This record gives sequence, C-alpha cells and structure tokens, in this order.
Amino acid sequence: MKSDNEAPAGAGISTRTMEMVVAAVLFTVGAIVVFDSYRLGSKWGSDGPESGYFPFYIGVLISGSSIVNFVQALRAPRATDTGLFVAWGPLKLVLTVLIPAAFYVLGVKFFGIYLASAVYIAIFMVWLGKYSWLRSIMVGLAVNVSFFLMFEVWFRVPLYKGTLDPLQFIGY
Amino acid sequence: MVELSALFHGFSVVLTPFNIMLMMIGIVLGVIIGVLPGLGGANGVAILLPLTFTMPPTSAIIMLSCIYWGALFGGAITSILFNIPGEPWSVATTFDGYPMAQQGRAGEALTAAFTSSFIGALVAVVMITFLAPLVAQFALQFGPPEFFSVYLLTFCSFIGMGKGSPFKTLAAMTLGFALAAVGMDTVTGQLRLIFGFTDLMRGFDFLIAVIGLFGIGEILLSMEEGLSFTGKTAKIDPKIVLETWKKLPRYWLTSIRSCLIGCWMGITPGGATPASFMSYGVAKRMSKDGDKFGTGQIEGVIAPETAAHAAGTSALLPMLALGIPGSPTAAVLLGGLLIWGLQPGPLLFVEQKDFVWGLIASMYLGNLAGLIIVLTCVPLFAAILRIPFSIIAPVIIVICAIGAYTVHNAMLDIWFMLLFGVIGYVFKKLDYPLAPLVLALVLGDRAEDSFRQSMLISQGEVSVFFSNWLVGGITALSLVMLFWPLISKVQSRLRAG
Repeated sequence: MKSDNEAPAGAGISTRTMEMVVAAVLFTVGAIVVFDSYRLGSKWGSDGPESGYFPFYIGVLISGSSIVNFVQALRAPRATDTGLFVAWGPLKLVLTVLIPAAFYVLGVKFFGIYLASAVYIAIFMVWLGKYSWLRSIMVGLAVNVSFFLMFEVWFRVPLYKGTLDPLQFIGY
Repeated sequence: MVELSALFHGFSVVLTPFNIMLMMIGIVLGVIIGVLPGLGGANGVAILLPLTFTMPPTSAIIMLSCIYWGALFGGAITSILFNIPGEPWSVATTFDGYPMAQQGRAGEALTAAFTSSFIGALVAVVMITFLAPLVAQFALQFGPPEFFSVYLLTFCSFIGMGKGSPFKTLAAMTLGFALAAVGMDTVTGQLRLIFGFTDLMRGFDFLIAVIGLFGIGEILLSMEEGLSFTGKTAKIDPKIVLETWKKLPRYWLTSIRSCLIGCWMGITPGGATPASFMSYGVAKRMSKDGDKFGTGQIEGVIAPETAAHAAGTSALLPMLALGIPGSPTAAVLLGGLLIWGLQPGPLLFVEQKDFVWGLIASMYLGNLAGLIIVLTCVPLFAAILRIPFSIIAPVIIVICAIGAYTVHNAMLDIWFMLLFGVIGYVFKKLDYPLAPLVLALVLGDRAEDSFRQSMLISQGEVSVFFSNWLVGGITALSLVMLFWPLISKVQSRLRAG
C-alpha cells in the first residue's frame, strides 16, 4: 500500500482508525466474555472448576491484548503516515459485493437457496459484469440446475427451500 | 518393519475402483479450488465435507485429502501463469515463477513446480509413515496434563513463530477460544455466552468460520483489488517435461533443505505459507545465483513449492498421531473425523488401522495421481481463470452459502458465514492471523476439557503441568515459545549494545 502514503487524509479510512476500532470491538467482546463467565461462576466450585473458569481467563486475555493493540495503534504515527485501510473507491467496490450478498442471504431465507442463487448470479452479472439479461439469466439457471442435480439427486443432500418454498411443485 | 506391512495393507484398502475414482475426483476438484480465488484448501474441504457424510470414513478422507493435495498443486498454476497466488503458500512461487512465464518458460516453471511439490509431499509422507506410529505410541501414555501442555505448545508456537504483532496473534487466538466456548459446556451442561439466544446453543461451528473467513473474506479482498486476469498461456508437452526433469537433479541440495524446512514447519504449527517463504529465503542466501533470484531462476520455484507441499503434508502428522491439527485444512479434516464418528488422537492407530493406513497409502497414490493430472491438464485449469470475475464471484458466494448451510442445515449459519467474511476481510488487512483463530475454535473445547481435567487431578494446583519431566519439558518449551518475541528482542538489543 505504498502508493497510498501520499493520499490526503479523508480519501478513505486510515489503518490507524481501523486498528483502534477493531481493538475496541475486541475489547468489548472480551469484556462480555468476562462478564458472562463471572455470572456463571469463574472460580473453584465444590466439584472442581466451574463453567466460567476457563472462559473467564480467555476473556481477560482478549481484553488485555486488545488494550495493547489499541495503545500501539494510538502511538503509531499520524494517520497519513500509516496509510489507508481502504480508500473510498475500493470500499465502494467491496460494498457492492457485500450489500447484495446480505440481500441474497435474506432471499435465501424466504425463497430457498436455488431460486435466490439464480436471481443473485443473474443480477450480479448484469449489474457488475454488464452482461445481457438473457445471458445472465441463462448462467444463473444453468449453475443452479447443476447444483440441484448434484445435491438433491446424486448426493441426496437436501438444501434449504425457504419459508415460502416456491419450488414445491418439483417435489423435492 | 511393522509400518511397511501396515502400509501395504493400506494400499489394499485404497486400491478399490470406488476409492480410486474418488481420488481422481478429489484431485480435479482440488486443483479447481486451488485455481479459483476465494476457494482454498481449508474452505474448499469445509464446503465439500457435508457431501461425504454418507460415505464410509476411509473413502471420505481419501477424497477430502486428495482435494487438499489438488489445492496445493493448483496454487502453483495461478502463481506462475497469472502472477496471482491462488493460495497464500504460493506467493513465494510468483517471485521467480511469473518471470519465467514472461520469458516463455512457463512449461518449464510449471513442471519444476509440480515435480518439486511431488517430491516435497513424498518426503513428508515417508516421514509420516515411519514417525506417526511412534509419536502415537508415545502419546498413548499421555494424560490430561500432557495433552494440555501439547495444546499449550501449539498455541504458544503461533505467538513465538508468527511474523506479525504477538498481541494481534493473541487477540485472534483468544477470540477463537471465546467463540468455541459459546454454547453448552461439555462438562457441566450449563449454557455459556448465549445471552438468551437459543439459536446460539449449538455454538459457532468452525467450518462456518473457515468458509466465511477464507472464502467470503478472500472474495471481498479480490473485489477491492478490482481483479482483471491477464495471464500467460502454457502448454506442457512431454519434451519440456523430460528436459526439465533432467535439470532438476542439479538442485538436489535445495530440495533436501526445502523438504527439511517444510517438514519441520508443518509439524509445528508454522504451516505451509511461512515454510515456503523461509525456504525461498534460505535458497536465495545459499545459492550461488542468489542475486539473480526474482528474475526467473528455476531454483526460486523449486524451493518454495517443495517446502509448501512438505509442510502441507506433514501438517497431517500431529493431526493423526495426537489429534492436534497443524494447519487450518488439517483442522477441517479433523472436524471430518469427528463427524464420521472417529475419535482423533493416538488411539486411532490402534483402533482404526484401516482408516489410518488407508489415508497414508492414499497420500502416496494421491500425490502421484495429482502430478500426472496437473502435468496433463494445465491448459484446462488455466482456462478457469479466464472466466470473468463477475461470473465467478457470485457463484463462489453461492457455493460458500450452500457449504455453510449443509454443515448443520441451519439458515442462521449463512448469516454467520457472512459475518465471518467481514471479520476475515478486516483481520487480513490489519495482519491479524486467521490460522490461530481457526485452530483455537477447533481445539477450544478439547483444550478446555484437558485443562479442567488436569485441574481436577491436581485439585487446582498449576504445578501439575511441571509434575514430571515430560509434561514439564513441553510446558517449559511452550513458555519459551510464548516469550520468544520478548527474548529475541532482548537478544538483538544486547547484540546491538
């Protein structure tokens, strides 16, 4: 990421900020683990170590190491010197994959894996690959028909059909 | 030579038409997985694991381990032809492999890479054949304190031998342990860390984590780089293969050195990726053409490939003999053992002879079959990378989603997969290592069990981990590993001062 070194601040998220955010999140996770382990009992019970005994120290270690990571990020040179975690442009590209992927998973919940996947692949191809609708739909269908044959027919592993189960008529 | 007769018995187990067919399918799938961005050895095996639930365990592990060998081979194809490492362990192969392809010597580079991969794997398998039974027999005397100290050594080695910040390694690792603790406590049956969400009762399955961290995370990373593949074409004809094979014996010293580095790094949880870098570095320093490295030296392809394969293969030794995997992929295979109803650990060599020796025999055959397949089918596999990213990316995400769902037939796991994908993306960019996280997630429960059993035996005295020379030695070694970053810092300061 050497070329990003000269990038002005504000061209993206700096590595330093991200380091601190991640360390803070991990610290919180550690604190939650410590809290719940304490609730369960993190000491020596009548019949040996209690349920929270081991996780308690794990939680302490997460939080402890996160504090060190946070301080190290804080003491690192200013944001512009440590470079960018991600510039806005690439971040947009990442989000164009991530956000539709989230909608896809939501689609799986209602319409099942096969239908949602076919639609997802087709839309992805039209939107990001600039393919024609016809070609995209063909690819989406072809991929999912082959998955269907592979999972349901050959290996007899049933996949999720969705709460609405639109493909019920096929009989699988 | 008890091992040899056991090995021949293993061959007789493997050499059925069904198993040989699975072996071929495994290799081809593995190479495809290795070539595709976002699918690698660990998550590829994780995704395909559910397909093997109904197979007999021996056949299942033959197919899955062959997928692993295939992925190890496949990484070299993209590194050399496209300058894109399909797998992290083939990054070092791009240094000299791609320049060779640019000079029109792609066939030579590929032949050298595949052949040295094969040699590396072969040496590691021979080592496993003779060493693993000994280690297993030795480990039969282990009690809970010994096992915990071996777990401790595994995890401390990550801190001691990791390249990045030791505190980041520690944070990632303990996060894995915390995630492993979610759900039902195996000893008391109490529910931990679920905060009233009954769906969390099952806990976080590491297979989901592997698929998300490595699969989705990798896709996000590739997307950010705005991938466009521009590759060299390659065809390997028998003449080039023979010519290259004639040249290879000249580099026997490099090969032996790389094998040793690979085997060592594979058994200790260093793994294939650091092994390949280390081997490349050592070869560069020791070779008389060292200053020409990076311009297309065949030695620069031999060294990392031999070491990566030797490490990737020998990572299965601790998995088989102790039940402690040396790499994320070995961890996934270990997960498979548990699902098929086998208890990993030293007893495996006593109770499941067919399985263990079938697997070891399939390592010999699988690598040979792999060598033949990749040498003959390179153009076919390279063609896969010419499929545009906007088609490959959604298909891979769909495959990951299917893989995540089939592990437990749980819709919620697909959401977790996406979450782990984001974690994988962020961690990778910030140099938080993913391997210790995955291994902690796999071994968390078992490490905790052995810790608590040890504590019960000793009535809470930590001194149990120093109670005899064996456990004391391993624990002491672990502590050295744990504080290694500090020790080496002090050392270098003393030398400077």
